[in-house]
Order: sequence, then C-alpha cells, then structure tokens
Amino acid sequence: MKVNGEFIPASEGLTVNKLLEQQGYQINRIAVEVNHEIVPKGQYSTHMLHDDDVIEIVCFMGGG
Amino acid sequence: MTDTFKIGEHEFTSRFILGSGKYSLDLIQAAVEHAGAQIVTLALRRATLGSIDNILDYIPEGVTLLPNTSGARNAEEAVRIARLAREVGCGDFIKIECIHDSKYLLPDNYETIKATEILAKEGFVVMPYMYPDLNAARDLVNAGAAAIMPLGAPIGTNKGLLTKEFIQILVDEIDLPVIVDAGIGKPSQACEAMEMGCAAVMSNTAIATAGDIPAMAGAFKQAIEAGRTAYLSGMGRILEKASASSPLTGFLAD
Repeated sequence: MKVNGEFIPASEGLTVNKLLEQQGYQINRIAVEVNHEIVPKGQYSTHMLHDDDVIEIVCFMGGG
Repeated sequence: MTDTFKIGEHEFTSRFILGSGKYSLDLIQAAVEHAGAQIVTLALRRATLGSIDNILDYIPEGVTLLPNTSGARNAEEAVRIARLAREVGCGDFIKIECIHDSKYLLPDNYETIKATEILAKEGFVVMPYMYPDLNAARDLVNAGAAAIMPLGAPIGTNKGLLTKEFIQILVDEIDLPVIVDAGIGKPSQACEAMEMGCAAVMSNTAIATAGDIPAMAGAFKQAIEAGRTAYLSGMGRILEKASASSPLTGFLAD
C-alpha cells in the first residue's frame, strides 16, 4: 500500500488505528484519507487496510 | 459598546488575522500574543514521520483556527482539502485558495466560487481568498461566503494596497466583512485598509520576514486599531485651498 506517497507492505489485519500507532501519529492532530475517502476518527479501529490502498495522513502546519 | 465583527455566527474583537507560515514554531505564540490575534491561519500538508512538534501545541488556547486550502488548483481540490482540515477536528472555518498560477499566485475566482458554494452547503464557515472583482464578490455572497478576502497585492510581495480602489468598491457594495489578505507589507498599509472600512486585515509575510517578529506583530495590531478608530471617527474633509486652523482674529498687533 502507499502511505503519503511511500510504498509500505500491509500486514494481515492492519487497521488505520494500528498503522497510525505503528508510525507514531497523534490521532487528534491528523486526518486520514483512504483511496480519496476520508476515514472518520470513529472508524480508525475498524477500517481494514489492504495492499492496494492509497493512504494520505495529513496535519496542520504553518501557512498564510 | 465594544466594537466587534462577525464571521458567520462567530464574533471577534481583534481585526488582525495572523498567518503562521514562514517562521519557526517557537515564535508563533509570541507573535499571536503581540498581535492580539483571535484568528490564525494554517496550511494542511502530509504529516511527516518523526516530527513530534505540532503547530497546534504552539497556538494559544481560544484562538480560532482558519485552515487554508493552499495547494488546491481548482474547486475539487479545495473541497478535498477543506474536508480533511475539518476532520482534524479544529472547527468549521476554511479559507479557500484556488490557485493554478504559480508565478503570481493569483486566485481563480471562478473555481473559488464553485468551492464556496459546495463548502457553505456542508456547513463550513467559508472565507474565500479572491481577486477584488465586484461581480465575483457578489457571486461569493450568493454562494454562501461568510466573508471575502480580496488581495492587496500578490502573496508574499509586501507591496501593499495595489488594488485599493477595487477593494473600496467591495467595501462599499458587499454586505459581508471585507478582509484584505495578501500583499500588506507594513503597518501603515494595514492602517490604510482599516481606514477604508475593511473589517479586518490578514498578514503573514510582513510579520514573518520582519527583523523582530513579535514586535512587528505588535506594530500591526496598533496600526489596525488606529485605522479602525479613524474609520469609526469619520475622516476630516479635504479642501483645495487652505483653511486656517488657528483663529484669524485677535492678533497681538493692531
């Protein structure tokens, strides 16, 4: 699967929540899109990820 | 009575919207405090691994966050960024930027109107960055914008109110807060925008590229307050010929 433009292998039974934990993201600081669809925070622990998924994890930074 | 202005249902006393781009996180808090800003803009980008510091930890409590859709080239991309920004969980405000001109970074009013219409229907408080055109501004009003943000000069140029006459038309004709965004390079220009009757001024680069960032934020705050007070006071008239300020009678000599 592709996470923020980088290919990484999807392990069996990987949820959005597990991915975020593995990679060390703070859930209250980010938003997640899988295949162009927003995954609401309430579905992080149930949304399963697959090998062909395209995932975007975004956060705020300085801007005008 | 306190002088306030409303964006959607939200009321503000500070008329200085501060951008947070192009300076370090540890200066943001001081800049916001010196600016007295109640609204701070942000951008949304891919999260980078291993970056522990998050900008949200540096913005004082109670400040309204205004994410922008920078990077969007059209309405569709702006809508996508806006929805993601709301999903982070910091409110419904969104500053729309639809830009596909990388040289001057001029906004595409047509795409901006389309994005405004979609996002306003979804309950966003929409603040579109726009080229100061009266017809487009009217379309933005009809599309459900909560304010309009015409540019003074191209983003990041610090050139000031190059579009002054056209912004004045918007102030006179549009029944929404008009907030000058982009191009304001110094406090005197921010003051001038407020004297014209603009509801607020947004500034980023002028602060970020100043020698002393918090001090410049403070200078803008004072200028914006002075301009607002002057506008409310009503400007003195302009004459073609002199009019003595001192009495013309009672001279010492006969």
